[in-house]
Amino acid sequence: MRNQKAAIIVGLVVVALAGGCSRNKKPATSPQPAPTVTDATETAPPAPPQRVEDSVPLPQPNLAEDAVANKSIDDLNRNSPLKPIFFPLDSAELDDTGRAIATADADVLKKYATWAITIEGHCDERGTAEYNLALGERRATAVKAYLASLGVSGERIKTVSYGKEFPFDMGHSEEAWSKNRRGHLVITSK
Amino acid sequence: MKKHQMQLRFSVALAALGVGFLAVHLPAASPQGQQQPSEIAVVISGDPGTPPRYAVPDFVALTPDAAEAAKTIGQVLWDDLNYEKEFYLIPRDTYGSVPAARSPESIPFASWRELGADAVVFGTVQRTGNDVRVQVRLFNVRTRQSVFAKEYGGSAANPRLYPHTIADEIHQQQRGLRGVARTKLAFVSDRNRQRVDGTVENREVKEIYIADYDGANARRVTTSRQLNANPNWAPDGRALAYTTWRPNPDVFISFIYQGVMQNPTKGVGTNYLPVFSPDGKQIAFMSGRSGNPEIYAMNVDGSNLRRLTNHPAGDSSPTWSPNGMQIAFTSDRTGKPQIYVMSSVDGSNLRRITVDESEADRPTWSPSINEIAFAARTSSSGFDIKVYDPNSGQTQKITFGEGTNESPAYAPNGRHLAFASTRSGRTQIYTVGRDGKDLRQITRDGSNQTPAWSN
Repeated sequence: MRNQKAAIIVGLVVVALAGGCSRNKKPATSPQPAPTVTDATETAPPAPPQRVEDSVPLPQPNLAEDAVANKSIDDLNRNSPLKPIFFPLDSAELDDTGRAIATADADVLKKYATWAITIEGHCDERGTAEYNLALGERRATAVKAYLASLGVSGERIKTVSYGKEFPFDMGHSEEAWSKNRRGHLVITSK
Repeated sequence: MKKHQMQLRFSVALAALGVGFLAVHLPAASPQGQQQPSEIAVVISGDPGTPPRYAVPDFVALTPDAAEAAKTIGQVLWDDLNYEKEFYLIPRDTYGSVPAARSPESIPFASWRELGADAVVFGTVQRTGNDVRVQVRLFNVRTRQSVFAKEYGGSAANPRLYPHTIADEIHQQQRGLRGVARTKLAFVSDRNRQRVDGTVENREVKEIYIADYDGANARRVTTSRQLNANPNWAPDGRALAYTTWRPNPDVFISFIYQGVMQNPTKGVGTNYLPVFSPDGKQIAFMSGRSGNPEIYAMNVDGSNLRRLTNHPAGDSSPTWSPNGMQIAFTSDRTGKPQIYVMSSVDGSNLRRITVDESEADRPTWSPSINEIAFAARTSSSGFDIKVYDPNSGQTQKITFGEGTNESPAYAPNGRHLAFASTRSGRTQIYTVGRDGKDLRQITRDGSNQTPAWSN
């Protein structure tokens, strides 16, 4: 009730002041009803309590949480982020597709700068066993040179030729052969 | 030659190195005390213009436990004597009409003559525990005289050793020919079906094996559980050089009867395809150590290393000339593989020798004559073996498009070649005559490749 009376007084003062400032207006002949704002004042909730708490540190994103870097070397090689580079028949030169794959491989190797790899040169079965050792050697060397040209240190890369001894696809079709003419990248340490 | 005939006292001689039994000359079976003609024809001839016809019946088992060995020895001797095509071997299943002899005195010469035999072998086998004694005589059916008589003794473990020795000695005596019945083949096989260590890939190990020239008695030499390839015999037959991946490919030499291994290239770069020089003192090989496959040569201990080729193309498959002065090899410097020859000292005097082939690869120089066998491309997916005579410039095909055929290796007498072929499915080792005839499958277990023939 006290609040209600105080509000009425405030209201009267406001009216009186308004009348005083605006001399051209006729003075109110009767007091105006109290503004409804007084009801709002009456139902407003109390101020919330001040929260008291300490900050909890969250784990920071870092290499240890990297899904790739966290795998074992064997797991990495089973589903390798480094893709094989395929070669045309009897060729040790990377074609456009091969260069694109090698570029992606170079990006992975630059991201994981501690990894060391072996590049295996492989061949399809159509050359002789002996010739394919030389051809596989040249394929492995070509991939190494291309990765080096993209900034991957040659110190991290070993090369080996397996000739036609370990085909990826055991078939005897062009489809199989095209899969077997490859530079296969193996992660050896990280 | 007369010595064989007249020798009445036993003389003992060690058989060839590595063959662990004794050989004894037997007295000739002619009646004692009778005067020998001053000149006896030791060489048994056939009818004019035809090779002599040989009969090799089962050997006689003098003890019951020698029966199996006696049968094996007769059959293997027949096969061995047949191999060089110097004699016509009368098929063994036609001997039924001829009474079996129990002693030299009871040989039914008339029956053998009726069967058309010019020569007949009579042999006995006696077993004592793990030892065996084998006596053998070769008779001239017309004169009924023994021209070859010897006794051998040793282990009963591998009876095939005796006929191999007898066949080589008969070829030497009757034809002045170096037989190959005691030689061995080395090759690569995946028959163990073990997985390669240290890779997540599904790869089967390939190990070096040796076997007798006919494929029997196969034994594993390497146990690295990795890839091994390209075995090559030291001239003395006591060591094999080969490539082994650990996983870096490198040249190793295994002294197979001593269990000793050497690594003359010592892991410097990648090293493949080692081949011994004919004097056994040097090894030529392919190496990627310069960044490109090139041919090198070195002493067997790794000293005196020298680079023989220098070309941005791939150079591979070195092979020595019989006098060791030249090396033939494959190069694709013109775009496709062709065969070149150069000095083994410094790579000088380089010249291409194959001109009519779309691709000519993997040369191997005959150890006995100036002739080079190689793999010639004859289809988009296959090769045939050809032999090239540098003197005449002539090339002769010895396989004929069945499967793909590669990796030719000469027998030490130059009359046969071993090679790898896919004609029956998986790659297997075969031997064939220098004339392309008499094909024999040597391996059947797993897949087998890159044969090398011992001296």
